[in-house]
Amino acid sequence: MEMTFDNNIPIYIQVLEYMKIYLISGVFKCGERLPSVREFSTTFKVNPNTMQKALAELESMDLIYTERTNGKYVTQNTELIEKLKDEYATTLAKSYFQGMKRIGLGKADSIKYLEGIDE
Amino acid sequence: MSKDNNNLLEVKNLKKSFDKKEVLKDVSFSIPNGKIIGLLGKNGAGKTTLIKLINDLLTPTSGEILVNGNKIGVESKKVISYLPERTYLNKQMKVTEVLNYFEDFYENFDKEKAEKLLKDLDLDITQKLSKMSKGMQEKVQLVLVMSRKADLYILDEPLGGVDPATRDYILDTILSNFNENASVIISTHLISDIERILDEVIFIDKGKIVLQSDCDQLRKKENGSIDEIFRRMFKC
Repeated sequence: MEMTFDNNIPIYIQVLEYMKIYLISGVFKCGERLPSVREFSTTFKVNPNTMQKALAELESMDLIYTERTNGKYVTQNTELIEKLKDEYATTLAKSYFQGMKRIGLGKADSIKYLEGIDE
Repeated sequence: MSKDNNNLLEVKNLKKSFDKKEVLKDVSFSIPNGKIIGLLGKNGAGKTTLIKLINDLLTPTSGEILVNGNKIGVESKKVISYLPERTYLNKQMKVTEVLNYFEDFYENFDKEKAEKLLKDLDLDITQKLSKMSKGMQEKVQLVLVMSRKADLYILDEPLGGVDPATRDYILDTILSNFNENASVIISTHLISDIERILDEVIFIDKGKIVLQSDCDQLRKKENGSIDEIFRRMFKC
């Protein structure tokens, strides 16, 4: 797990984005115990306060929760993660279509291009 | 938060003149525990003078500096670990000798920790400092400073003259060795290299504090990197 940062954007927002992707892709699974703030900050090479802020944000979105004295865990609610995945995928798809629209291609053509690409 | 006594460092109306030249003009700011703070300013802005005053190496013309609520002196020297801009170590010493020297001098120096960090660097500690490259010497210095269990770490230009890979190593060392109750002040003009690890920045210009802010809030507000905001503000 390596994070690279753009100094133009608040760092905690970038950490938050990475964390969301880790949750969606199952790097951290539902119900799994998360590393401590300190462990996270040394792995990601960010300031522990920044890490803390990103985790607090995830917690306010109910994506993770704190079990007193025991640390932080990923939500047990698989639906919530699925919803996050869905939102993320929709955003990615939208931005693809927007880009294609800019060069004059409609939805049907855009899909054809998608199908033509080998994964 | 209640008033002053919660701050690790409190600087009040600090002034310093050398002869007739006013280097610091009424500087006031405070620093809480658990933060990494960038002290940023152009060459000659007053960064090093401010740092030397906090370390009791210069006497203020007027004003006050409090560390943990007490005036600076013997007690504050115990809790501040300072990396000066230029080395004060005798380069004829071997690293092992420097380690012993630090152990004798500072009761909060963790020699084992220093040895471990030096080992991670693949350094031959039986070597004399004078036989090492400049970058290596800077790493040794930083290891010594970060191996003291202090409340406040003050690093004056820790990145000057080292390559980008070494800079990353230095930043990682700072991050992984500072404990939650301590704070770190890093003075530098190499902002873009360091800004990702900072909580707050203090901009100093012509002997005055012109800005103190949380980094992420500043990025959001001004829509740019700290480096860019700094350049915009102090365009020559």
